[in-house]
Amino acid sequence: MTLLQVRDLVKHYQAGRFFRGTTPPIRAVQGVSFDVETGETLALVGESGCGKSSVGRTVLRLQEPTAGSAVFEGSDLFSLDRTALRRMRRRMQIIFQDPYSSLNPRMTIGSAIAEGIEIHRLAKGKEVGRRVGALLEEVGLDPGYAGRYPHEFSGGQRQRIGIARALAVEPRFIVCDEPVSALDVSVQAQVLNLLADLQRERGLSYLFIAHDLAVVRQIARRVAVMYLGKIVEEGETEALLRQPRHPYTVALLSAVPEPDPRRQRSRIVLTGDLPSPSNPPPGCPFHPRCFHPRRDRRCRSEIPALRPVGATRAACHYAETTPSPETA
Amino acid sequence: MTRVLDVENLRVSFPDTGKNRVYPVDGVSLSLDRGETLALVGESGCGKSLTSLALLRLVPSPGRIEEGSAIRLGGTDVLALQGEALRKIRGRRIGMIFQDPMTSLNPVFTVGNQIAEGVRAHFDVSKSEAWQRALKLLEEVGIPDPAARLDSYPHQLSGGMRQRVMIAIALSAEPEILVADEPTTALDVTVQAQILEVLDRLRDSHGMAVLLITHDLGIVAGRADRVAVMYAGQIVEEAPTDRLFARPSHPYTQGLFASVPRITGPVGRLSPIGGSVPPPGAWPGGCRFRPRCPQAFEKSETMPPLLPVETDHRMRCWLAENGADASD
Repeated sequence: MTLLQVRDLVKHYQAGRFFRGTTPPIRAVQGVSFDVETGETLALVGESGCGKSSVGRTVLRLQEPTAGSAVFEGSDLFSLDRTALRRMRRRMQIIFQDPYSSLNPRMTIGSAIAEGIEIHRLAKGKEVGRRVGALLEEVGLDPGYAGRYPHEFSGGQRQRIGIARALAVEPRFIVCDEPVSALDVSVQAQVLNLLADLQRERGLSYLFIAHDLAVVRQIARRVAVMYLGKIVEEGETEALLRQPRHPYTVALLSAVPEPDPRRQRSRIVLTGDLPSPSNPPPGCPFHPRCFHPRRDRRCRSEIPALRPVGATRAACHYAETTPSPETA
Repeated sequence: MTRVLDVENLRVSFPDTGKNRVYPVDGVSLSLDRGETLALVGESGCGKSLTSLALLRLVPSPGRIEEGSAIRLGGTDVLALQGEALRKIRGRRIGMIFQDPMTSLNPVFTVGNQIAEGVRAHFDVSKSEAWQRALKLLEEVGIPDPAARLDSYPHQLSGGMRQRVMIAIALSAEPEILVADEPTTALDVTVQAQILEVLDRLRDSHGMAVLLITHDLGIVAGRADRVAVMYAGQIVEEAPTDRLFARPSHPYTQGLFASVPRITGPVGRLSPIGGSVPPPGAWPGGCRFRPRCPQAFEKSETMPPLLPVETDHRMRCWLAENGADASD
């Protein structure tokens, strides 16, 4: 069942009043559509500046969208008034890359977790403390830690606190914005396992924002690859990794460092940097860096539509003949 | 092979909150041959970065290198150097690049200025000669349109370009050893692939020895000749890269491998190491990995030395005595 349906989402950032008119807007998200099903994880993957975090924040209306629609459990998120939005926030939460900067240093973690419960009047009096204890236990922390402050915890523990805080209001849907990127590998694995367990036990849906395809493979059944504000390829994770159809996905996959000396794939090293999102190239956004042998004038002028190719959907005019990571 | 660096029993101490001292680097021995890449691998707080700073006597105050440590750079006793003599090895014989190039570059000088300054600090050349060398260095690190870039300020460059500039500055002194401390951690994967390619190429063309400090086993594979894994201030396993990857033997190394999500092979639940790295000062007696080790036994209460596993492959675990590594 579809829990969240996003259509043609656009988010532009305008310069402040002083520079308005002198600088073009940053076109962070340029028409993104996707569905998130109940109990599943959709990963949004891409590099810095591709717009993946803007998608997550705009869907939750932490930032106002420029255009598009988002329907969550039947209600149109972009037309809710303040009161309705606040009620809706109970159903949708977010966890961030850096849990330390999202926790108030002067508030005990117990009060930080209790805050949501109290705001949404989910419990009163002693019941609040009992729930906080149960949440701490659920994310693998000692309930006795409730009286401690954020600085007393390690990065992995803080991420668990961030998760407990999101869970406190019993959401159906969580935007996970690079939740394991700042963690050491051993701790990263613990948090990934925790997120998978919570999803199974609570029937949660995740929009999992990440830059690491190996992490995505671990957590998400479906994935959408973003480049310069657009989804350039989407599909089942395994199918997409087995045969990527968009040249950018091929390059991204080939850049993942594999911890196995016998399996060093031939690398496609892209030239150049990501173009500026305030002045994206015409035609296919990837064409200035593309290595597809068939790229031509059409790529420079005509924006390719996202269309089914093989087992995935890709936005490349020549997706049928995209070189595989092994042969490119 | 010409030995360029020998470190023996390096210990770095810091005062703790009371009167005692803690030892975040505690008895590290390593060596580097000309043209060789040694990877120093470990998680946050294992002492890998502090080890590299100690090589240049850059341990921040109030830390100090303890009596009984030895650092020999060719025939030079680094720990006996003072003043000008010490300054002459920094950069000139051991170059260094760091994770975050923005904080290492001066924002108010152009890139060309900063590279030329490095050249003139180490070689007696004219300003125009230094500028010419700066141009050549930018070419060498693969910066497009290098002549124009000489006049750019750091903020005008992308993260990947800044890291290339840092590499150019490090190379300007033609050092025998390049210490690369998490050189690509802050970069996107496709940019990481570009930078690693530059580093590999320059190592081969200049015959430099590289000490690569990283938390990512993926970038070690297919790049380093040898690997040393650090945990809690000590090297716990060391071997030629192929052997370490074929047969990770220390339970900590095995735990690291089991924690890494993979892009190929079967997807299953990750098996992370339980708990987290204890801070210096809270290290247990005996084997420091003991409280987190699934295979700890009575003998682990005594600190194990580095014991042979196979030719050139040693680990700090008593299990090596059984002639078997921990996986058997």
